[in-house]
Parts: sequence; C-alpha cells; structure tokens
Amino acid sequence: MVSDTKISIKNLYKIFGNNPEAQVEKVVSGLGKPELLEKHGHVLGLNNVNLDIPAKSLQVIMGLSGSGKSTLIRHINRLIEPTAGEMIIDGENVLAMSKDRLQDFRRHSASMVFQKFGLMPHRTVAENAAYGLTIQGIDEGEAQKRSQRWIDRVGLSGFEKHYPAQLSGGMQQRVGLARALTTDAEILLMDEAFSALDPLIRNDMQDVLLDLQEELHKTIVFITHDLDEALKIGDNIAILRDGLMVQEGSAQEIILNPADDYVTDFIQDINRTRVLEIGSVMSDKKSTKGPKLDHKTVIEEALPVLSAEHAEHAIVTKDGKAVGTASLDAMIQAIARPKNQKSDKQYK
Amino acid sequence: MDFLTDFPSLGRVTLLTFKKTIDGAFREFNRAYGEYIEAFFDPLLWCLKWIDWIFVHMPWPLFFILAAGLAWLGSRSIAIVIGTIVSFALMGMFGMWKETMETVAIVSVSTALCIGLGIPLGIWMARSDRVQGIVTPVLDIMQTVPSFVYLIPIIMLLGIGKVPALIAVFIYAVPPVVRLTNLGIRLVDSEVLEAADSFGASYKQRLWGVQVPLALPNIFAGINQTIMMALAMVVIAAMIGAPGLGRIVLKAVQNQYLASGMMAGLAIVALAIIFDRVSQAYGKRLQKHREGGHGV
Repeated sequence: MVSDTKISIKNLYKIFGNNPEAQVEKVVSGLGKPELLEKHGHVLGLNNVNLDIPAKSLQVIMGLSGSGKSTLIRHINRLIEPTAGEMIIDGENVLAMSKDRLQDFRRHSASMVFQKFGLMPHRTVAENAAYGLTIQGIDEGEAQKRSQRWIDRVGLSGFEKHYPAQLSGGMQQRVGLARALTTDAEILLMDEAFSALDPLIRNDMQDVLLDLQEELHKTIVFITHDLDEALKIGDNIAILRDGLMVQEGSAQEIILNPADDYVTDFIQDINRTRVLEIGSVMSDKKSTKGPKLDHKTVIEEALPVLSAEHAEHAIVTKDGKAVGTASLDAMIQAIARPKNQKSDKQYK
Repeated sequence: MDFLTDFPSLGRVTLLTFKKTIDGAFREFNRAYGEYIEAFFDPLLWCLKWIDWIFVHMPWPLFFILAAGLAWLGSRSIAIVIGTIVSFALMGMFGMWKETMETVAIVSVSTALCIGLGIPLGIWMARSDRVQGIVTPVLDIMQTVPSFVYLIPIIMLLGIGKVPALIAVFIYAVPPVVRLTNLGIRLVDSEVLEAADSFGASYKQRLWGVQVPLALPNIFAGINQTIMMALAMVVIAAMIGAPGLGRIVLKAVQNQYLASGMMAGLAIVALAIIFDRVSQAYGKRLQKHREGGHGV
C-alpha cells in the first residue's frame, strides 16, 4: 500500500449566512455552532477541519445529520465554496483553482455518487453511464462503447435502454456508480451513496464497492451516518460533530479509545466482538503457549478457539510471525461497553 | 354634502391639459420616429405576407397531407388525424377555406414569434432573480390590461394592418410560454444539476443537456397555452386588419348574421381543439421516460 497523501484538507471553515467572512475570526477564537447561530445569525458548517486522506484508501466521514459531512465532501470538488482554508489534492489547492481548471478537475480527477442518485431522468442507463465522457466532449457513440464495461461491471447488462424511472433504487445507484467510474477519475466521492437503499441492497452495494476497490485502488471518500457501514468498508474513519472533527482513525482505534461522549454514544450499539480484532487488544509479551491466530482475527472467532483449547492466551501472528499475545482477560475487557461519562447528552 | 359624494378631482382644465400633453407628446414621438418604427417591423410584415401567401395559394390536397402528417407526427393517434382532416374538410365545405388558411397563417407566425422570443426570455428569467423580478410584473400587465387599451398606441404608431394585429396577438399570447419556461427550469431537481456540475458540465451543457430537456413538459404546456391565447385573439386582431375567420365573425356581429358568425366561431373552436390535442399529445410523448415500472 502506498501511503502518499492524496487529499489534504487544511484549516477548512465554512460558515453559511449573509457575511460569513466576518464571522471566521469569532469561530477561530472558539465560538461554537449554537452560539454563532444565536448571537450572529450565521450557521457554522465546518469548523477548522484538518484531514489527510492517503491515496488508494477508503476514507469514511461519519456524523449525524447537520454535522457537516455532506458540506465537507462538496468542498473536495468545490460544489460548495469555502469560507476559509485549503483543499490540497495532488499538490494543488482546489479551492484556488480558476473556473476552467476546476471544470477540468471535475471532468477528469474526481467523480461523485449521490444519495438520491442524481441521474438524468431523460437519459437511458447507457446514456447516463456515459454522461461524464460526453461532458468531456467525447461523442455519444464512443462514450457509450467505453462505458459499457462499467455497466457490465456493476451488473446492469441488458438494462442499457431503460430509463432510470424504470429501475429499482439499488439498480439506479448502480447506474450512479457506473457513471462515476466511467471517467476513470482517481478520486471517488460518495455522499451517503447507499443510505437511501434498503438494508439487503445496501449490503450488496457495499460488497460491490469493496470488490471494485480491491481491483481499482481509487481514493474513495465515503459519507455515511451508519456506523456498521463505516466499520465494514472504511480503512479510516473521521467523525464530525457540529462541523468539528471529533476523532479520526482506524475503526479499531475509535472503538477502543472513543475521544468523547459523542463518539462513545455513536459506538454504543455495535457488536464489538464482531468488529474488534485481537491485534488491537494484544500485548507485546511473547508467549509460547496457546493457539496461533492472525492479528486480523475478530474476538468473536478467537474466543471459541481459546475455549476449545482451554487456553488463557492466544499467540498473535502477523504474516505467520508471532508479534504478541492476546489474553482472554484483555479480550473480555475490550468487549465491555464503554460508559458515557455524563448522563446529560449536551450535543443533542 | 357635495363634498363627500363628489370626489375632489384635479379639475376639468388640469386634466384636459394633462391628457393633451401626453397625447401631444406621443403624437410628436410618432411624427418623429413613426417611419423608423414601421421600417423596423417591415421584415415581420414581409414574413407574414409571405407565409400568408403560401397558405392561401397552397393546393388544398397538399395542405390536407401536411396537416394530417403533422398531426400524426405530433400525436401518433389515428383519431386525432381523422379529426383534423374532418374539421378542415368541414371548414372548406362551408366556404371558409381562404379565411381558415389566413387564420392558420397568422396563428403560426405569432406562435413562432412567441416561442422565439418567449423561451429565451424565460431562460433568462430562470437564471436571474432580478430579471424575474422585473419581467413578472410586466407579464402581469400584459395579461390583465384590456387589449383595446394597448391597441390605441399600436394603431397610432403603425396604423391598421397585419403587423399591429400580430403585435396585439403577441402581447396577449406570449406570457404563458415565458412563465412556464421560467418555472420549468426552476423546478429541475437540484441534485440532478449538482450531478451535472460534479462532472464538470459547462454552462451550455448544463442548460441544453439538463435544464431545458427536463423543463420541456412545462415549456410545452406554455406553448400550448400560447397557441390557445393566440387563437382567442383572432377576432380582436381582425378589428385592426388581420384577415381570416375573425373578420367573418366581425362582419356577422356588425350585420347580425347569426349563421355565418356561428360557423366562423365553430371553425375557430375546431382549430383550437386540433392545435391543443396535437401539441398536448406531443408534449406527453416527450416525457415517456417518466413512466415507472420495470421492463418496457
């Protein structure tokens, strides 16, 4: 895995209102979202967001509605203008691009999938999938030939001549995905792409996405409010609240060390045994007793193995080599639900 | 108590001077620029005469073929095609062929004019709230001021004839197509527009590739209304010199010819129904893609 930074978000602020520039100073000096709205009539969208997204990784951005996640993703291709800050992609600040350069960037470097699909109702599946290419000036016939590969890849062969209204939600989003893939952009932006789908279809689509990612290695920014989804697909997860980034890290880090009550509440209801890996709970101690398990093994699978062998420890291996020990106690402690420190939930 | 029942008006003399000044100024303006204004509309007159000539001199079987062909292309409905042929045949049989052709000519030209100017204006309105703010009240005025009122200055400037008639029809008939173009574009789903933007669509690609196609059903409703209103104006247009069915109605009113007035009136209704059904069916076919359901 290459870990070069593909997208680097620096000190990004977005304030909605009549005179947002004048409010930046106040927000920098610590004014929060409720106070800004009450005293100055401006809505704080993003508050000093800093995030480095490695190339070829899948970055999930999570938060409840109103937390600014959709606003954040729209800054990456500048569908929303920032109030202050930088968005460096491949060394270039998107937020300072000229109109023509931005148009070029949107055509070739980043494509987007939308929550409510955003398909053109008057264009067929084939025409929709080819949309990005026709925008680039490639003629319709050639564009459709090139997009056929992606229509097949997302499982829509045979539906080329249908209109979006004739397809189910899941299939419409497959069209959205094919449309985004057709331009071969290195960055894929997905704004709650699967949130409008029912759970089974959503699961399907997540698998489709993971399959594609294994093959294509794009840099994907994925917005969701669904923690299970985030844990399933995200290499990294960033959590937003009131426009502020509360925590950022891998799924394991966030579950084991939630930064505050908001995050704690967020992870309350997940099935910890099925998510936590023994690699995250092991100690460096070397031991020779016990079964050998890969560090990616989740606790749910590790516990029956230990129990069957009446062992107290498991030897954690990485690429076949022992790297530490995970004790039964550590596993059991890790799956205990964290307690919220305060009873009143101030963010609600 | 005269004070309470008689409203204190400006007084006869002041009012007279006031009116005389306006009339005088307008006459002055007319004397100075009337010729140029007439010259400005010359191409329109030429175009109108030319189209009128084509319709009137076209062999009637050819017109039947054209009308049936257009009705079929528009509606894809045998019933509408037959209705079209029967209606035109009746109008011819009752001796109104030439007048019908003249009416079709003036309605076609005025509709073309309304579409040609109305749709771009509607697009401009959709683009800018300021333009919308200015144009909307103007459209309101155009639709509510009685047509006789704006006929006065038009006749003073251009005299009696085809061009003033056309302008009167235009003023009355253009608002729906402007309004519905504006509305149609403003109603286009913002997420679809956002998607177009996210793929780097230019302004033109956005307008012609997304906004206008998706606004077409509304634009078509506007065109349909515009045609109906243009037809509704043919009698008034006849008063200031437009030839056609309206003139028969006018003559019938002046001489109390019940039968001929009714026949011409029914002919106008028949034309309206034909135009309406064909354009509506065409508009509906344009939105075939909106039909849901799996499989075609």
